[in-house]
Order: sequence, then structure tokens, then C-alpha cells
Amino acid sequence: MSSTAEPGERGGINFARLLMSFGPLIFLATLVVIFTVMKPSFIDPINIFNIMRQISITGLIALGMTFVILTAGIDLSVGSLLALCGMVAAVVAKGGAANTLSLSAGGGTGYGWFAALLAAVIVGALAGFIQGLAITRLRVPPFVVTLGGLTIFRGLTLTISSGGPISGFDASMRWFGNGLVGPVPVPVIIFAVAAILCHVVLRYTRYGRAVYAVGGNAEAARLSGLRVDRILISVYVIVGFFAGLAAFVLSARLNSSEAVAGMGYELTVISAVVIGGTSLFGGIGSVGGTVVGAALIGVLQNGLQFNNVSSYTQSIVIGLILILAVSFDRFLKSRVRR
Amino acid sequence: MPQAQAKAATTDDVILTVEGVTKHFSGVTALNDVSLDVRRGEILGLLGENGAGKSTLLKILSGVQRPSSGRIVFDDSEFSPADPQDAKRLGIVTIYQELSLIPTLTVAENVFIGRAPVGRLGLVNWRRMIEDSRRIIGRVGLTLDPRTPVSALSVAEQQLVEIARALSLESRLIIMDEPTSALTENEVQRLLSIMDKLRQEGVAIMFVTHRLEEASAICDRMTVLRDGRLAGHLEREGAPIPIPRIIEKMVGRAASELYARPHEREVSGDVLLSVRGLRTVRDAEAPHAIVLEGVDLDLRAGEVLGVAGLVGSGRTELARAIFGADRIAGGTITLEGKPIAPASPADAIALGIGLVPEDRKHQAIFAALGILTNFSVAALGRFSNGFGFMAERRERDSLAEYKKMLSIRMASPEQAMEGLSGGNQQKVVLARWLARDPKVLIVDEPTRGVDVGAKAEVHQILVQLAERGIAIMMISSELPEVLAVSDRIVTMRRGRITGEMPAIEATEEKLMELMALDRREGRAQ
Repeated sequence: MSSTAEPGERGGINFARLLMSFGPLIFLATLVVIFTVMKPSFIDPINIFNIMRQISITGLIALGMTFVILTAGIDLSVGSLLALCGMVAAVVAKGGAANTLSLSAGGGTGYGWFAALLAAVIVGALAGFIQGLAITRLRVPPFVVTLGGLTIFRGLTLTISSGGPISGFDASMRWFGNGLVGPVPVPVIIFAVAAILCHVVLRYTRYGRAVYAVGGNAEAARLSGLRVDRILISVYVIVGFFAGLAAFVLSARLNSSEAVAGMGYELTVISAVVIGGTSLFGGIGSVGGTVVGAALIGVLQNGLQFNNVSSYTQSIVIGLILILAVSFDRFLKSRVRR
Repeated sequence: MPQAQAKAATTDDVILTVEGVTKHFSGVTALNDVSLDVRRGEILGLLGENGAGKSTLLKILSGVQRPSSGRIVFDDSEFSPADPQDAKRLGIVTIYQELSLIPTLTVAENVFIGRAPVGRLGLVNWRRMIEDSRRIIGRVGLTLDPRTPVSALSVAEQQLVEIARALSLESRLIIMDEPTSALTENEVQRLLSIMDKLRQEGVAIMFVTHRLEEASAICDRMTVLRDGRLAGHLEREGAPIPIPRIIEKMVGRAASELYARPHEREVSGDVLLSVRGLRTVRDAEAPHAIVLEGVDLDLRAGEVLGVAGLVGSGRTELARAIFGADRIAGGTITLEGKPIAPASPADAIALGIGLVPEDRKHQAIFAALGILTNFSVAALGRFSNGFGFMAERRERDSLAEYKKMLSIRMASPEQAMEGLSGGNQQKVVLARWLARDPKVLIVDEPTRGVDVGAKAEVHQILVQLAERGIAIMMISSELPEVLAVSDRIVTMRRGRITGEMPAIEATEEKLMELMALDRREGRAQ
């Protein structure tokens, strides 16, 4: 053993490694350039803010999903949970189930936006807590638990709403969906603040380290003294919380909570996280990646729409990009290892 | 025990000849000019300590690896299998400790895997398959229903199914790698008598084992390896091969020069950790796992206690029980005179106990994560402030200190753990515990997968830690290591402590006897 580093222990800058960190970002920039060349109005601030507002709902949930996927888990229930939380928020905003058929803002009978927001995030977090308990105590895989949650939460939503929408909220609540601060839509601000918070938590706190460790090797984490079960439960609480927050913003924006809201969101959300470079096997990924992943999907949808590509074709393209992104990531990793 | 048939085997009966086989792995010579032969209708024992080269030889014979040089002749023709499938086709079947049956399939399906009898329409002829497998497993004395799923079988029964399958493939040489390590006494006797029966039917068996009394009872001849070289051949002459002669061949006369000699150190520390009558729970899901059957142990501050035992002796289970990783059925543990009952590793760690686990890759490291995270994971509380934010500056400074102290060779704190060599990974894991300043540190096979140079470094580190007052319990199956590092040594076998002595009085021979022999059978004859 000489004092020089062994092969493979050398650090330094490596092209493949660089691509791996910035790949999604480079891809995003390329897309923006292409769409701008095709239609210069794509880059208008109005359109850009439009895209950002579009991605803020699924983006919020994707932030929570990043925690879950970092622990090698998955949450398929987020779309249904969003509908449930939205419905609960609507009932609270309207001041009880009796008033939900009225289309007007409620004429002072409602409990106000804050109560609605609180109800939405509490229901979301509680649902996550219960699912987390089932995963850790009953030892049922997250895929199965949250698949069950997906149908349970949808059923609960339909029960509460009797199938129909609840519409008409007061202006203070609607501001969270449609308001502007300067030129910036309020949902975008909420998303940005949440993203920064999540980034800080994952990157700079003790809790963040524990999340990565549990995802990297759960057994080693346990033998290192981490309370693995608690951490696993916590990530489902976090994604539930964000589903509740997203539900509140969506209801405010649409001025309505619908029982069919959030159908298929779980797929968009998981796609955003995975395209952003977070590994489904856990331990690898970042909030920054997820933001870029969500933006990539948003730009792609908007840009294709801008060029009159049908929504059917959009689905096909996004699916292909998902597979491509992951296979590219794999390819780069095999390069880095060598 | 079944008596060997002392029939005079002539050289005409030779089925396998290994001539001067050598195997290099990136600069390390794992096997050096090894020769042996196996004859029809005999059981050849292949013996040697850990790292003697047994597994490399097995891998070559089962087609997993190719020799760097040398010649192998099987059944009068050159034997150079392309892969394990090819080796099987040529007639050599290896039965590993980790059995290769598919647990969700039935016995019949496993016996006929890949070659199910089909009828005219190309559909599986289930009736024939079940009848045939009943006959096949009958050959090894199994009478169970072939429609039973393998998962319902004991390890011993699974082993017999594998042997039966090998026989039905017309294997002419069956290699068994440590087949008895997971069996109970009765199951061992049954397996040995079946091996005896197969021998009489003319099957050649190569029996790789650590268990000396079993080897002595059943083997016609033995080939002993040491440090990758041939240490010698032993032959049964009327009576079983005497165990002292086997041990002598296995350990050689001179202790390996790689290790320091045992030395006397003044250990005046008080008893820090004390274990009395420790028993573990027999898990219904793993009925054949090793359990502790009443272990008494004292560990003093500032000493290295070596725990020597073979695979399956309960040494790892002892470590895990003290560390709160497995459930305890009875007995007491006291730390600094106070009784403790850690219900989880987190509890044990909070009490000041650390564990460097046996299986580094699966139990200790976070391969894809950076060295910094790997280092601080057990001491996140010490490296964070009251608001839960990491104090990264302090964390990095501390890592830099340990990097110097343990001479860890790494590029940067962000480098992925998987990029480090085994020895450097192990040093990072040691640093992880040192950062917590433990009272008791349990290290399980501390130099497994660590190259020779780094081994000595790890040994030095352990001794230094003990000198700082940490009580160290070192579990190892490498006797030279146990002798070089320990102040005091206990031996384990089948979930019990079988002996204790100061390291200065211990020899490999003494330890091997205590580890490998049942007391009630008496010491070597």
C-alpha cells in the first residue's frame, strides 16, 4: 500500500459525472431553445409564468414524493388524496356539509381560507401517517399500501361529495390560486418557497441525512442507530402534507373541488421525480432535480400544445422521455463506475 | 458414525485429477500449484482454514472461474467448463451452503427443473414427473410428497433434494461445500450415512468442511490446503484419520508471518460488560438458525477479547444480541454494573456500544452515498446543532482527523463509498464508531474482504483503541488474527462458549480443538 490513491479513488472532474448532475437541466434548456425557435412567443414572460403555474400543483406533490422515493418507497395514492383533501377543504370553506350545494361564496357561513388550508394539510398528513404505519408495522410494501390508498381515498372523496363538485369560494381563498404578487402567480411563489424549504431540509439537516441513509441501505441505517420506521412514516406524512397543500391551491384556482380531481397525478408526479434523477432504489436524488423534472414535463406539455400537438401525442412523448431519461442516467452511471 | 469402507482403491479408479493448478486474482495468488485426485467410490475431504484456497478451488471445479495455469482431467478427458452449467453437464455438481433450489416450487419441479418430462402435445407430464421424483428422492432416503413446496422443507431436507437431483443428472462427482454447518446433530448423522451409501454405490464425493470430527469419521482420504498451497494429503489406514494430524496440517508449524505474535499487555481495567446465561429466541420463520444457549462472558475496559468460532457457532448471534439487533429470550447483560436491555441498535448505541458488522456491504456501508454521510451516520446528534441542522464544518474537521489517525486513503469527503477499497471502507466504518466515543466496540470479522496490507493496519487500530480504554470484542474465524490482536480468547461452538484462555497461552491447535470439537466427544484421541 503506497501513499498514492488507488485507481477509482481519484476524484476530480469527470465529463460523465458532470452530465449526470446537469443532464436534466441541459435537456430542459435545449427544449426551451427549440420551442422558442419554433415559436418565439413561447419565451414571453406570460407564457413562462403560465408554465410555472401549471407545474406548481404537481410540483408541490413531487417535492414530497422526492422524500418518499429517496427512501426507496413510492406513493401511488397522491392523486386520490389530493381530491380528498380538496373536498375536505371545500367543505370547511363552505362552513359545513349543508352549504356545499350553494354556488355562492357562502355569505359569511364559511370558516375561511385558513381553516380550509389547515383541514386540507391535516387530512393529507394524517392519511400519510396511516399509510406509513401500515407500511412499517404490517410490513406491507409501499406499492400495495398506497395502491389501496388510491382507491380508498377516491371512494371517501365520492362519499363526502356525493359525486359532484363543490364550488364557489370567497375571494381571499381564490387569491391562493389566481392572485399575483407583482407579475408572479401566487401558486408559483408557494411552490418556490416549498422547494427551497425541502432543499434545505434534505441537504442541510440531520433529518435529511437520515432520509438518504435509510434509502441507501435500510439495514445499515438500523445498525447505525437510526429509527428507520419513524423516518419511513415521516416521509409519507410529508408527501401527504404536500398533497393537502396542492389540493388547497388547486381548489382555490378552479374555485371548485371536484371528486375526479387529480386523476393520474401520481404518474406525472413520479415521472417528474424520476426524470429529475432520483433513483427508485433510494438514496440518490435531490429537490433541485425534481424541480427541473417537473419543469421539463411542464415545458414539454406547454410547448407541444403551443405547436398544436394533440394531448394524445403529448402523452406518448412524455412517456418516451421518461424512459429515455432513466436509461440515459443508467448509461452515465455505468460510465462513472468504470 | 458410519464406518468407511476400507476398500483398496487403485489409481485406475481415479475420476478427477487436479495437477498444479494456480489461480491469480489481480496480483494475489489465491491458489498456488495445487494437486489432488478423487477416486470413484470414495469420499475425499478438502480441509483448510478460511482463506486457505478451498473456495477458489471449488469455484474452478464448478466452472465459475478458470485456473490461471495447471491441468484438470475428469473422467479421462480435459476438464475446462465454460460456465457452471457446462460443469454440471460434464458430470461435476457442486452443492453450496446457500442452496440453489427455488423455494416457491415443489420438490418435483425442482428436481426436474429445466427438463420436465413432456407428453405428445408438449405439455408437462405431471404424473410421470411426480412418480419419477419420488423415486429419485427415495435414493437419498427422503419419503416426503414430491408435491411439497421446497420452502416447507428443513435445510437438511433441501440439501438431500439437491443431492438427489445431482444423482439424477448422472453426476459422477458431487462436491459438498460445508454441508453440515446448518444441520442439527441428528441431521448430520443422517447426511453422513447417506454419503456412505452413495460411496458404496460408486459415487465420488468431495467433502469440504471445517468440522474435523465429521471429516475424520467419514473421509477415506483428505487433502489439506494452507495459504493457497497444498499442505499435504492424509489417508485412512484402518482407523479414522486422527484429528491432531489434521490440525497440524491445517495450521502448519510456523504461525503466518503476516501477523504479529501474541504478546502480553497489562490490562487492569474493570469489567465493563458482563453477559450471563444469554439465550436468543428460536425464530419460527428460520427454525434452523443458530441460537445462543446460555452464554457467559466478561469484557474489561481496555482489553481486546477475541471470540473464535466457526460459521454457525453463534458468534455473530452473540454480537447482535448484545447490540439489540436480535431478540433475547433469557439471560442478563450488565454495562458498568447496571443491567441493560437494549431493544434496538439505537438503544445499544445510546448506551455506548458500537458494532462493526460481519457483512460490510449489506449491513454497514451506504455504497452510493458519500464518505461524509457514511462517517457521521451514527453520530448525527453530535454533528448537528439544536435546530437539527448539520454542523458540516465540525463534521468535516472530524472526518479529516480520523482520516489522518487511521490513514484512510480517499479523494474527498464527497467521494462515493463504493469507490474505496475494502480496507478503507472498513476504516471509515471504524471512524463512524470512534466519532461516538464508544465504551464497548464489537467488531465482527473486521478484516473480511480487506487486503493483506490493510489487515495489519486494522489490527493495529484495534489494539490502539483498546489502549485508549475501549473494551473491544473481536469476532473472527481467522485464528492467526485472533492470536495476534487479542489479550484474552474465548471459543464458541453451537451457541455456547467452549473455552477461555489468555492469548499468550493460546495456540491455533488449542483453539481449533475447542472450536471444532464437541466436548462430550472428548478431545482428540
